[in-house]
Amino acid sequence: MTGLLFVEQVLNGLQFGVMLFLLAAGLTLVFGIMNLVNLAHGSLYMVGAYLATAAFGWTGSFLLAALFALAATLAVGMLVEVLTLRTLYERDHLDQVLATFGLILFFNEAVAIVWGRTALFTTVPRALSGQITLLPGLRYPAYRAVIILVGLAVALLLYIVVNRTRLGMLIRAGASNRTMVAALGVNVRVLYTVVFGFGAALAALGGVMAGPIYTVLPGMGEEILIQVFVVIVIGGIGSIRGALVGAVVVGMVDTLGRAFLKPMLSTMIGPSAANNAGPALASMLIYLLMAAVLFFRPQGLFPAVRG
Amino acid sequence: MDSRARAIAVGVGFVALALVPALAAILNQPFYLDLFRRIMIFAIAAVSLDLILGYGGMVSFGHAAYLGLGAYAVAIPAFYGVQSGVVQWTLAVVLSGVAALLIGAVSLRTSGVSFIMITLAFAQMLYYLGISINAWGADDGMRLAQRSQFGGVLDLANPYVFYYVVLAILAVLLWLGHRLIQARFGMVIRASRSNEPRMRAIGFSTFRYRLAAFALAGSVCGLAGALLTNQTEYLTPSFMHWTRSGEIMMMVILGGMGTLFGPVLGAIALLLLEDILSAWTVHWQVVLGPILVLVVLYARGGLWSLLPDGARGDG
Amino acid sequence: MADALLEVRGLTKRFGGLVASDDIALQVAEGETLAVIGPNGAGKTTLIGQLSGDLRPDAGTIRFAGQDITGLGTPARSHRGLARSFQITSIFRDFTALDNVALAVQAHAGHSFRFWRPAREEAALREPARAILERVGLGARADVLAGTLAHGEQRQLEIGMALATRPKLLLLDEPVAGMGVDESQRMVELLRALRGHHTLVLVEHDMDAVFALADRISVLVYGRVIASGAPEAIRANPEVRRAYLGEEDQA
Repeated sequence: MTGLLFVEQVLNGLQFGVMLFLLAAGLTLVFGIMNLVNLAHGSLYMVGAYLATAAFGWTGSFLLAALFALAATLAVGMLVEVLTLRTLYERDHLDQVLATFGLILFFNEAVAIVWGRTALFTTVPRALSGQITLLPGLRYPAYRAVIILVGLAVALLLYIVVNRTRLGMLIRAGASNRTMVAALGVNVRVLYTVVFGFGAALAALGGVMAGPIYTVLPGMGEEILIQVFVVIVIGGIGSIRGALVGAVVVGMVDTLGRAFLKPMLSTMIGPSAANNAGPALASMLIYLLMAAVLFFRPQGLFPAVRG
Repeated sequence: MDSRARAIAVGVGFVALALVPALAAILNQPFYLDLFRRIMIFAIAAVSLDLILGYGGMVSFGHAAYLGLGAYAVAIPAFYGVQSGVVQWTLAVVLSGVAALLIGAVSLRTSGVSFIMITLAFAQMLYYLGISINAWGADDGMRLAQRSQFGGVLDLANPYVFYYVVLAILAVLLWLGHRLIQARFGMVIRASRSNEPRMRAIGFSTFRYRLAAFALAGSVCGLAGALLTNQTEYLTPSFMHWTRSGEIMMMVILGGMGTLFGPVLGAIALLLLEDILSAWTVHWQVVLGPILVLVVLYARGGLWSLLPDGARGDG
Repeated sequence: MADALLEVRGLTKRFGGLVASDDIALQVAEGETLAVIGPNGAGKTTLIGQLSGDLRPDAGTIRFAGQDITGLGTPARSHRGLARSFQITSIFRDFTALDNVALAVQAHAGHSFRFWRPAREEAALREPARAILERVGLGARADVLAGTLAHGEQRQLEIGMALATRPKLLLLDEPVAGMGVDESQRMVELLRALRGHHTLVLVEHDMDAVFALADRISVLVYGRVIASGAPEAIRANPEVRRAYLGEEDQA
């Protein structure tokens, strides 16, 4: 295990963390401000990936495809919000869970109908298909580096919006005391729609970027969604800062665990035992981490105070 | 509230279920025997979820984890030569009960959105664990060489015997559940759902009772898992997949939550619906999804509420 | 006071920059009725929260029946004999009035890990519950769903549930809140009947109720106790008049 390999895995962890953050940021706001459990958030991510892949096939231009997919997915998201989610804001969590679960079934099957159940293949855009040299001896795929940069840019953008704009102030207030914001006469409907739109756009962006490097399959949204839940639980509901910290932590722990746990165990308990125990333990790591955090702080690391 | 109507409905239901094997034989459709046995097994899982969800208000989205644990508790010993049903099924109940106890101990300290996500996450953790253990089939799962053995007493290889064993277990569980709901323990669980701060103010340490209910529900679901793997004669980690949890929850809602027998109706309805829809198109989930959304939005009381004066659960 | 049933010293609670409870000291003797009054925002709710166990104070101690209960949770305090009623009615709406009180009895009648016998058939729970319903004036309404009771009846039920836990001390959070004249009077009569047998700590806005019931009054303003003493003394206290009674036209 060389130092350079370690750095490469750290970067991979950061890249995965950034993807998690794109999904977690919107979702944690929806949880905190609208008190809405939206299991179908991952479906938007999936739809974004599928539409980007398809559009890339039609146009040959990654940029055009990305723009199309972002717009189209956002439209799908807003349609879902108007048709079903609006009624769910007032309902209890169980209803929200079940209804959005129904949406997941629908979306997973819908993409299977259009594109089939086998994984869609798409390539990294040619401009980014090379590797860049970060340090002497350390080369890293350009595409993944761009993802990290985009993610950090989004984080910065969110920071500016949330902390320096009026909308951001409403968002922070809403996350900390929903009823008060409504009582102050803010048009809650519009605020909710904007917040949801934010989240949908970020999920779409995640999906668009995910296409070339992750497997595009029905159900891909839920796989990452559950990890996003872990991020939000660790970070604290309603908190973007928590989502960022949680996402980076989870991304790192998961990636480094998968890369290094088996070799590490190998030296301790022998290669054949490590062959089974390594991957098993690595897949459980982030959940054990979640359990540990919950044990000491059930409300997460940076909870927005809820009202 | 007309408990007479409900009692009659339950009685009719059981008589109907008891007659299915005969009908299947007469119509020469053994498939229906299989189907209804499968329905009853899921009904057991759904009833166990109703205890904590319908009565306790605990939205646990990871209940299928116990289904899977119960199944593994049968298949793994069988793999290593332990065929005794008593050993396997006891292990299923104990293992899933303990798992539920541990998961509940962490999860029940939270509530609302967090609780849902955490139970889902832990269940998925067990699923990933199942996938990654190569010795026990990993992704593909394991075959069950033979069904659980009960000496000469019960021959589960006989489809009729197996059917009535499942029916008996379902009946006994419903009866026990009915008593439990009315007993002190049930009152605490139900009242805690209604107003937990009040419960603590009058002196109940609600956490321990809710945790006990959570563990109990988990262990009953583990029994369902043991039955399921006997039914299918194989098992895969997909038994524990979170979509399975969603299915079980759907059964509780479709049938009517907080009613004990409602989930049985829900299991019948959902699995029959799946059977019918899948004959029509392989993409039946694209229809089932919106159906579920519509039921949740507009028909919350479930099938149970369609019965005369059955609009409320055991009040 | 030598043998105070409830003794609070130096109780302090901050929420961010706001000091909700500022070095509060109180004593309540056994059998006494203490009323805590103060303008809105004085910190009465925070005080009740700390006495009942829902809030952890940042500093100070609470002693009950000679024991330090500052670190105890709410159920434990209930078992020590400290009961409370809620300002915003908090009952089990889907259960009958009798069920509500029986639950309170059940909480103090051994453990509830009983899975077989219907709780509604346990005379040891139902009989005391019925008696309490009679006592608070709801005897005829035993089988009515609590959610459908009139507002005043629900407040009576609140008291009943608190009584069912056989408390030494009753912490009453605005018992006549939202009640009309007749209902208030009935409630005051009920509370007056309790005075001999229980120690009461009454947080109230309604000055008629306060002066009808209280042996002593403590006045809370911006989290501090600014005066404590007999009702007449409080009425005459210029600081109190300025801070609070000057605003009083609420009862």
